[in-house]
Amino acid sequence: MDIHVVYYLVISTIMLFAGIYGFFTRKNLLAVLISVELILNATNINFAVFNRYLFPDVFEGHFFALFGIGIAAAETAVAIAIIINIYRNIRNIQTDNIDELKG
Amino acid sequence: MNYLQFFDMSAEVSLIALILIVFLYDLFTEGKERRGFHALTCVLLGLHIVLNVCPGEETVLFGGMYQSYAMTNIMKTILAIGTLLVFLQAKNWLRRDDTRHKEGEFYVLTLCTLLGMNFMMSAGHFLMFFIGLELASIPMACLVAMDKFKHESAEAGAKYIMNAMFSSGLMLYGISFVYGTVGTLYFADVPAAFHGTPMQILALVFFFAGLGFKLSLVPFHLWTADTYQGAPTAVTSYLSVVSKGAAAFTLLVILTKVFGPMVEQWQALLYAVIIITITLGNLMALKQQNLKRFMAFSSISQAGYIMLGVIGGNDLGMTSLVFYVLVYVAANLAAFTVINVIEQKSGKVDMDGYNGLYQTNPKLSFLMTLALFSLAGIPPFAGFFSKFFIFAAAFKAGFYLVVFIALLNTIISLYYYLRIVKAMYITPSDAPIAAFRSDCSTKLSLALCTAGIIALGLVSAIYDGIHLYAFGM
Repeated sequence: MDIHVVYYLVISTIMLFAGIYGFFTRKNLLAVLISVELILNATNINFAVFNRYLFPDVFEGHFFALFGIGIAAAETAVAIAIIINIYRNIRNIQTDNIDELKG
Repeated sequence: MNYLQFFDMSAEVSLIALILIVFLYDLFTEGKERRGFHALTCVLLGLHIVLNVCPGEETVLFGGMYQSYAMTNIMKTILAIGTLLVFLQAKNWLRRDDTRHKEGEFYVLTLCTLLGMNFMMSAGHFLMFFIGLELASIPMACLVAMDKFKHESAEAGAKYIMNAMFSSGLMLYGISFVYGTVGTLYFADVPAAFHGTPMQILALVFFFAGLGFKLSLVPFHLWTADTYQGAPTAVTSYLSVVSKGAAAFTLLVILTKVFGPMVEQWQALLYAVIIITITLGNLMALKQQNLKRFMAFSSISQAGYIMLGVIGGNDLGMTSLVFYVLVYVAANLAAFTVINVIEQKSGKVDMDGYNGLYQTNPKLSFLMTLALFSLAGIPPFAGFFSKFFIFAAAFKAGFYLVVFIALLNTIISLYYYLRIVKAMYITPSDAPIAAFRSDCSTKLSLALCTAGIIALGLVSAIYDGIHLYAFGM
């Protein structure tokens, strides 16, 4: 027996909105980063599910998901490097303390 | 597979060769040999521009993954010229003791983002587009955070990369809905299956958010001012001109070629976004004191003007958009060159610091005035004509109200651009910036930009030449 496609989409939608909520409410930069990863992984689920259930003949969606994972890894690497740099400068990665630039 | 296809994408191939040369030179030279590094990079980039200046014709490669129009090649040339100007004005900053060892990194990262923009503009598949976009925005975060020991730079970098990831996540979600409803991601095949179902409208909105971030249109503009202020000035100028131009052109091509059947929906979307962007950008610019922050809000409202070329979706809009970006490159980079050289020589970036600049550095203040007049759109300069053409294009497409509001905003923008002119010429100061001589690379950059500001306004053949290659829906 197969699991219906809707269940997967519900999961991915919940992940997307959890990610968006976390992005706006979390105070720690690493937690913000994790929230963004949730959003990116929700899209990967979408691609894989659409490919598997709706268009099983070609693997376009699977490949898109693979590239998405790779690029998300690259982005995370750069983001963590920048977060480490902030930590070196102010010994802290709370968003409340990153408020030098405003106006 | 025919491997000779690679050489049909000449702009990208020569750019990759350029990146490799610069990278190897950076790796294997030291000490005195590096003195010619800046000149070498600029000459090679100039060579790249000359080699690829011919617009060519439409090419479709790799089974439709890569798709380049004559207009795309014109746009690539314009962006490469912008990058060259940024390199010229960056020399001051790159020769400072704390950045000297990072000179090669700056060139390689900047050229990588340019390569990403080239791929993004000539993508024929959403995957290609996405990889190009990320290749343009990941190294950009490194560039923004380049001044490692300054807290502002790291803060700006963090704000940029977090917002970039967030918006590309939303955009991917939109693309996944396109895939779910259509079953293919090739630009050539998608429009046939678009009917404007609710899911496809959702896809359009999410997708628009991704590019709207790169363009800093208003609901997605929150990163702009902080990033522009914190980043090194050379990077800010690159971000405000080249990155924005690439995103605007890509948005135009994708909206007309891929989302063509949903034209009513995206026109309604753009209608609201343009009005808010221009107005809010202008109103926020009014109260800024820091010049880099000021230029950030000015560039937000300029992005709104650029979008006026997109909303019609016709060939006239495309011509005026490309011409607007060309003029914007000249005018904005002239202003940023002045801001950069003054920051390097005196450390001042506040508007009060510019008081009395005319007494000590008359030539520099004159060139800054020309650039600001062009940005504001005062007649003999190029900015007037680019604004005129872009208004005419939107007017002809029937968007009277938007054009009227944009016109009103031009008057507001005149006020705040003239505030700087007033500071330089009229407001007296006890301690104005001391007179200094700029180096030849800054002079060259300023000369090229000023020539652009004046020549683009007077030589109408350029606009007509661009129009020959334009296409619409």
